[in-house]
Amino acid sequence: MLRIALLTLLLVIGSNANSQSQPIKIGELNSYKVFPAFLEPYKKGMELALEEINASGGVLGRKLELVTRDDGGTPGDAVRVAEELISREKVNVLMGTFASHVGLAVSNLANQRKILFLASEPLTDKIVWENGNRYTFRLRPSTYMQTAMLIPEAAKLKKKRWAIVYPNYEYGQSATASFKKLLKQAQPDVEFVAEQAPALGKIDAGAVVQALADAKPDAIFSSLFAADLQKFVREGNTRGLFKSTVVFNLLAGEPEYLDTLKDETPDGWWVTGYPWKEINTPEHRKFRDAYQKRWKDYPRQGSVVGYVAVYTVAEAIKRAKNVETENLVEAMKGLEMQTPFGPIVWRPLDHQSTMGAYVGQLARKGGQGTMVNWRFADGARFLPSFEEVKALRKE
Amino acid sequence: MSSSSVLIQFLNGLASASSLFLVAAGLSLIFGVTRIVNFAHGSLYMLGMYLAVWLSERVGFWAAVPLAAAAVAILGSFIELFLLRRIYKAPELLQLLATFALVLVIKDAALWIWGPEDLLGPRAPGFAGAVEIAGSAFPQYDLLLIVLGPLVLAALWLLLTRSRWGILVRAATEDREMAGALGVNERWLFTSVFALGALLAGLGGALQIPREPANLNVDLSVISDAFVVVVVGGLGSIPGAFLAALLIAEVKAFCIGLGFSEATLVIEFIVMAAVLVVRPWGLLGRVQAAARIPGAAELPLQFPGKRMLRAGAALLAVLALVPLASPGYTLVLLTDILVFALFAVSLHFIIGPAGLYSFGHAAYFGLGAYAAGVLVVKNITTMELALALAPLAAGLGALVFGWFCVRLSGVYSAMLTLAFAQIAWSAAFQWDALTGGSNGIVGIWPASWLASKTAYYYLTLLLCAAAILLLWRAIYSPFGYALRAGRDSPLRADAIGIDVRAMQWAAFTIAGLAAGIAGALYAFSKGSISPEAMAIPRSVDALAMVLLGGIQTLTGPVWGAALFTWLQDAAARNFDYWRAAVGMVILFLVIALPGGLGTLGKRGQ
Repeated sequence: MLRIALLTLLLVIGSNANSQSQPIKIGELNSYKVFPAFLEPYKKGMELALEEINASGGVLGRKLELVTRDDGGTPGDAVRVAEELISREKVNVLMGTFASHVGLAVSNLANQRKILFLASEPLTDKIVWENGNRYTFRLRPSTYMQTAMLIPEAAKLKKKRWAIVYPNYEYGQSATASFKKLLKQAQPDVEFVAEQAPALGKIDAGAVVQALADAKPDAIFSSLFAADLQKFVREGNTRGLFKSTVVFNLLAGEPEYLDTLKDETPDGWWVTGYPWKEINTPEHRKFRDAYQKRWKDYPRQGSVVGYVAVYTVAEAIKRAKNVETENLVEAMKGLEMQTPFGPIVWRPLDHQSTMGAYVGQLARKGGQGTMVNWRFADGARFLPSFEEVKALRKE
Repeated sequence: MSSSSVLIQFLNGLASASSLFLVAAGLSLIFGVTRIVNFAHGSLYMLGMYLAVWLSERVGFWAAVPLAAAAVAILGSFIELFLLRRIYKAPELLQLLATFALVLVIKDAALWIWGPEDLLGPRAPGFAGAVEIAGSAFPQYDLLLIVLGPLVLAALWLLLTRSRWGILVRAATEDREMAGALGVNERWLFTSVFALGALLAGLGGALQIPREPANLNVDLSVISDAFVVVVVGGLGSIPGAFLAALLIAEVKAFCIGLGFSEATLVIEFIVMAAVLVVRPWGLLGRVQAAARIPGAAELPLQFPGKRMLRAGAALLAVLALVPLASPGYTLVLLTDILVFALFAVSLHFIIGPAGLYSFGHAAYFGLGAYAAGVLVVKNITTMELALALAPLAAGLGALVFGWFCVRLSGVYSAMLTLAFAQIAWSAAFQWDALTGGSNGIVGIWPASWLASKTAYYYLTLLLCAAAILLLWRAIYSPFGYALRAGRDSPLRADAIGIDVRAMQWAAFTIAGLAAGIAGALYAFSKGSISPEAMAIPRSVDALAMVLLGGIQTLTGPVWGAALFTWLQDAAARNFDYWRAAVGMVILFLVIALPGGLGTLGKRGQ
């Protein structure tokens, strides 16, 4: 009741005030109930950023407002929700989405309705390349970038026989294709001896581990995550698959996936992730302290994504000096800003941010998984050449 | 594959078969006696997993397993006592809707209680390591499972054949009414069977935690596997379920072993389709005696009276005026509602008058959508022509699949439609070059004169209203009467010269065609299409809409579609735990209006 009363009050006040003092609305949609492990911390990250920005006076003298919606996890529903945000809520910017196909559908709508869409989380390369459009910008390092970040270590090992396991949908398929292509370039004598593509969320881990072991690989590249990863790790540990093979696994160092492994955490795996406890740069420490103070919980990868996404919108508006879509698009191009992971640039060429990720090895410490020997991989260094991107983007 | 890896993969298959059997046995048992298609069986399994992980931390793994199973059994008996018992007399399949609502509620409850992160359970003490078999390390726990599956089978077999309770259960499976007439307390029997089924689901889940983390997606992935096993084995047959679990698990293990891991996406459905085409009642199933009193015999649908026709015309007029009053989001939502209304009416056309169940109607929705998308995005035709051609693709799909489906009856036929839908889905999912794979196709917008929300709304209104009215008209044509005759009394219909199968086949094709119109309209309204348009949840949604509206009504599916779509939209916006909210509303409606929304106006008579 109180909330309704407050809302009514706000509406009354709002309708009397002029547009200059009305909040700037960010319409955020995400699959909160389908991927809660990632998206609950994400939401907390967004809210923290919003509170910080509004506490320091908002943007252009106006407050920022976040209108969040559950997109149901399907492209069809997501498009309807986005339409609602655009036409009923009259949001100035669209933001969010998790799964690649949902991200692509909303990006496609943003292009049709001519509104800025900040795809915060989807990893698919297509959203900025093959299917890239004027109105869509993507924050996270893509599948290609994260795969490329693992290549230097993979090539350094000079392992000849590689086996690959990936969840059978676009993310796993394109991670695999990129990995094979890039490793072949770095190490021409490499051989790919086995490939396993279990259905997402339905890995038959025992059989997959045995099939991989049968191929006698020196090393394994995996893009499994969530429940599939946990099943794979446990079966592999029990069946001794990892004793004689090195494993490279995308995303497995992200707290969302790593923390569930506990004492099963396999030693020595090379992963991309987020060692939140050990990053002590001033910008990260500031973020971590604020986050822990606000939420009494530690930040996950999702927290950083949500936090930076909201700041991106604020910075773009500051640069554009108004909230007209076309101005915002121009302001996004080449926008430079600070993040908890250090400075990033929004590339004018393909609308990809240069946000990086951390590459390191898994280790067990006191029954918990953690990342060691890690380094920061700057996203700008793991992107294809200007010409290659230009050829992919049909604009 | 070397001979040692053949052996190991065989053992892997056996271990998976035991897991599958445990969850399928409960489902089969429940269906055999109560005829309830328990959609929430996977949710009970998921609860078993969560409870076992939670209890393991407190009392240890071995105590946690029976405790978790017992807790799920108690919950199962509550569900039977307080929910299902109220709706046994309701039209068939309504229990499916009730258990579907439970899925939504249980999922959100688990999220609320245990949080969003997956919970990896402990290893089983005493069975934590591996033994060496043919040069490979094989988990001790998997060996335990291999033994446990047949043990449970033996225990169930003894219980069903050697105990008095088992004799009663078998009597009720054979002939429910006769058992009742002989003084068997059916209510108590149903509760105990449901509790035992739930116990098996909980046990299956609890025993799975050393192999798989408790997570919120397991409910739906398990339920589809379990359905397949139950149907392949033969409904109600426990040994059949075991055999089917064995067959499917081994086929999967060897797909992986031989390097065809992509096939695991759909292999169990291919196996099911093959088995059902050859053996219409599953491996060990027998022809089901038709339940004699599924509620009172249905009165034939009356041709709508003058008042109703006038009300319908008025509604259409109001819908046509909406854009003048509210050009914004209302139109977007109404477009969705109209599309789903047509989709639901097309499903109702085969479930209602033709009496054919379909759990895979999304296949034709998806075929229409994809055909439209491919034609436009590959620049083969204009958007207008694509919209006209796409339904034909869906109709063609229905023509082919329907030929097989009308040869079976009841749940078997429904599961065959599901198998075909899954095969179509996996083709869309895997055929990158044509369908864009898991990402689907983007950039399929209507032609410029239809691009505005208002114009597209009018197009949708025109096409959906016309198609719905034609389908309704067909129910009262000689064709429609022939269909209803075939449903109510196949023998008599046959005797007076109606080719029942041909009629059903035609109905199936027409329904597919109509679903294709809905699918094509959907694709152009969203600008993109992805495999989800033909995935299981889409079929289930359509079924929920029809059941909410009422199978034995004419206009019910339209109201069901409107309510379901609006409810999801409104709940997702206003509640954090919106799935539970939707589930609660459905549960309330199931109990308050078992005949469906379409009977609302008739209450007073």
